[in-house]
Amino acid sequence: MNAIASISTPALAVDIEGINLSYGANHVLKDVNLTIRPGEFFAFLGPSGCGKTTLLRLVAGFNQSDTGRIMIGGKDISNLPPWKRDVGMVFQSYALWPHMTVRRNVAFGLEERGVARAEIERRVDIALDLVGLGHLGERRPSQLSGGQQQRVAVARTVAVEPKVLLLDEPLSNLDAKMRVQVRRELRDLQRRLGLTTIFVTHDQEEANTICDRIAVMNDGVIQQIGTPMELYERPANLFVANFLGTANILAGGIVDSGTGRHFVIDGGIRVPIASDATVPKGAKLVFRPQHAGLTGPESPSGNALALPCVIAHREFLGASIRYGVRIGATEVAVDVPFQSGEELLEIGKAATLTLPQRLLLWLAA
Amino acid sequence: MTAILATVSAKRLTATPGQIALALAIAAFLGLFLVLPVATVLYVAFTEKGTSTFTLVNIYDFVRTELFMRSLWNSFYVSAMSVVWASVVALPLAYLTTRFAFRGAALVQTLGFLPLIMPPFVGAVAMQLFFGRNGSVNLLLDDWFDFKIGFMEGLNGVIFVQSVHYFPFILINLSAALRNIDRAMEEAAQNLGSSGFRLFRRIVFPLAMPGYLAGASLVFVKVFDDLATPLLLNVKDMLAPQAYLRVTSIGIADPMGYVISVVLVVASVAAMWLSALALKGRDYSTTQRGGGGLARRVMTPFEAVYGYGVVILILALVLAPHLGLLLLSFATIWSFSPLPDAYTVAHYARVFGESSLYIKNTLIYASIAGGIDIVLGVAIAYLVLRTKLVGREWLDWAASAALAIPGVVLGIGYLRMFYGVTLPDGTPLASFWIMIVLALAIRRLPYALRACHAALQQISVSLEEAAENLGATKARTVRRVVVPLMAGGILAGFVTSFSTAAVELSATLMLVQSNSDAPLAYGLYVFMQSAAGRGPGAALGVVAVLLVALCTFLSQLIIERSQKAKGMGH
Ligand SMILES: Nc1ncnc2c1ncn2[C@@H]1O[C@H](COP(=O)(O)OP(=O)(O)O)[C@@H](O)[C@H]1O
Ligand SMILES: [Mg+2]
Repeated sequence: MNAIASISTPALAVDIEGINLSYGANHVLKDVNLTIRPGEFFAFLGPSGCGKTTLLRLVAGFNQSDTGRIMIGGKDISNLPPWKRDVGMVFQSYALWPHMTVRRNVAFGLEERGVARAEIERRVDIALDLVGLGHLGERRPSQLSGGQQQRVAVARTVAVEPKVLLLDEPLSNLDAKMRVQVRRELRDLQRRLGLTTIFVTHDQEEANTICDRIAVMNDGVIQQIGTPMELYERPANLFVANFLGTANILAGGIVDSGTGRHFVIDGGIRVPIASDATVPKGAKLVFRPQHAGLTGPESPSGNALALPCVIAHREFLGASIRYGVRIGATEVAVDVPFQSGEELLEIGKAATLTLPQRLLLWLAA
Repeated sequence: MTAILATVSAKRLTATPGQIALALAIAAFLGLFLVLPVATVLYVAFTEKGTSTFTLVNIYDFVRTELFMRSLWNSFYVSAMSVVWASVVALPLAYLTTRFAFRGAALVQTLGFLPLIMPPFVGAVAMQLFFGRNGSVNLLLDDWFDFKIGFMEGLNGVIFVQSVHYFPFILINLSAALRNIDRAMEEAAQNLGSSGFRLFRRIVFPLAMPGYLAGASLVFVKVFDDLATPLLLNVKDMLAPQAYLRVTSIGIADPMGYVISVVLVVASVAAMWLSALALKGRDYSTTQRGGGGLARRVMTPFEAVYGYGVVILILALVLAPHLGLLLLSFATIWSFSPLPDAYTVAHYARVFGESSLYIKNTLIYASIAGGIDIVLGVAIAYLVLRTKLVGREWLDWAASAALAIPGVVLGIGYLRMFYGVTLPDGTPLASFWIMIVLALAIRRLPYALRACHAALQQISVSLEEAAENLGATKARTVRRVVVPLMAGGILAGFVTSFSTAAVELSATLMLVQSNSDAPLAYGLYVFMQSAAGRGPGAALGVVAVLLVALCTFLSQLIIERSQKAKGMGH
């Protein structure tokens, strides 16, 4: 039986417009605007407490915003109660009902929609097959492993053919190995169903590996929206640069002299700024550890930036060596690929840090 | 009570019309059958007879009457001494079974519950037979040593019966508190050099104090309010009997019954308020982090002899009323002899014959009362825990406040309020049997509410949100998810309400108007008042005890089964 053909989910856009939400004096969501495209796997990514769950629950109808509206497929659903919204939510705790078998859990939503008995049983079979649990229908949730429970929660949600799938940290209750497996399964399932999906996580790796686009949030404000690569390569601000991957940050000030702009790193080292670079006000110099190189104290040739530095410490990571390097008073990380037989730089020795101009980032907070 | 309105926040109505209607209905019920009757009692106590002029004359009369002041003092004295003796019984049991590797600890804890499933006044009769002036113990003492001990004389008798009956409240609460103490607390003290009695006094005792106080205040209130035990022991100069006697002998127009009621309520409320005050900010049970309970120590031989001796003595005392009741129910004549003269089953034949009406009435009344209680309990718990309805705490408080209203007071309130209201056939509403049921339901509501509240609290809100997310409305979610998951707690609440309502007497005594409407406890009371009625009375008592024990056991079984089946990991 072809399970997929029988679960037909629409691919609808989700528009979140001008959302503000406060709990008392705590302004949790601040003017949130975003559009999720039909069939997209979209992530809300940010540190714990930044408002991701609040925003997700707003889409599901469990919270009420002070301003703004939410549209699904062009229809405003802001004033519908949760049970009329048709958005499927997979809870962080799975929220499987312990007094019902797996089958009854999955059948619940269909029963509430008044679907005929025979049709319910048929669709429950399909949904359980979809997550590979067809043989466990008569078990109680407590008799399943964490991974299996998670799959039942997904089956229960997709069985009602929701307009949008909402996943709140669905992997957080699984062990590290299961996490990698389940996130692939989720991605596959979403691709096959073509269902618009919002995935909430605080783990950048999870978001990067399975999502089409990510909204990075901090303190109730959306910092940037983009594909994982865009966010990594062109972060909009220091927060995004720091949150996605490791970023080295050098503080300093901009000096505009006759010969062009310079960035004076705290401690006095001057770095010329490329004439075509856009540098926001209060910007700092940011670069990734693997974009920098290290050579001996003698200045290298070429047009790469060369900064004098001192090796502070070093860690062997297998494929690379991570050097802790001091530039003035600031310590930065530099990753150098490890080649066996190569001589390592000694701790305490002076060296030169090289940086290609085009990989420099000028970011403000 | 009518101040219950939906919160209209800037966002949206946070309560559905159904929830508002439910809250109003509950408020109306509590208002009509709890708040108004009690308010009526207060009103009559503070107004001039027959008018609505405020006066303190009645209070003044109360204070001036020597009998009332003596009754007040006696009630205080008996309640306080009952707490003391109940503590004397409960402390060793609790401490020995939680602190030491004690064989039969589970047995002790179980037997400790036994007294609670028998009305104290029933025990009183059996205790007379064993410990009275001409009871088994005194007859033997007289034979062997030529003296008697007045265990059951006057107030001592009441104290004796009440402390044997109510000590389980202290035992249960104190044992739970002791078990909840984190073992690391004790070990930390030992690690810092404390041991033995100092360790007990400085660490164990303060940590267990909240549990002890909770139990002790309950015993105090229960004894203070109890009507039937002193009456059966022929002690009339206590407050609850005085209230009853005033109203039944002089009539419901006499203000003194109401003034006494007010004093009863004030004393109950004060005792509970004081214990709550003492407990404030001292709920230590949450300090536990795994591996809880005091470290159990193996007893030395000397300690063992002493410990088991004490426990056996106490248990013998606790079981005495049950044993006495059983003997009495099979005895032909039992008077002026340590044991009955001969045995018969005639009393049981009589009980199941002509007196089976009492049993039938009890089953009907207690079932309806239990049913009302769990419906109200679930509804109030849901409104309090799951909605933002303004004034929902009021419902909770009002329902729980029933705990502080003595049965006599509620009975007097009902008589006063509903006597003037007549049914179509001309009989007053107050003498309709439904009133007994309602009084029972109100009296037992706090127990059911607590059970339902606890059950709902354990259910994760996300289980309900998941149902709503899949298309179930609030009402459907309650029916399909909330109630099934609360089933165990609801059943526990029902059984507690049912079994305590089945043996309740104080409100019933005021409200029973004809013998055909009387429940078991009333029948028992009537039987026990005459020497000839004691045999059948005891048989009825045994039936009551078995009934309650059976219900409790069955419900325990069902709860365990259902929890196992569900594998409730939440
Ligand atoms: N029901 C609530 N009442 C009050 N404050 C809340 C409630 N839910 C969340 N908050 C607050 O809103 C903020 C965002 O919470 P949340 O959305 O759960 O964060 P995240 O899911 O990103 O970790 C936090 O400061 C949290 O304390
Ligand atoms: Mg969250």
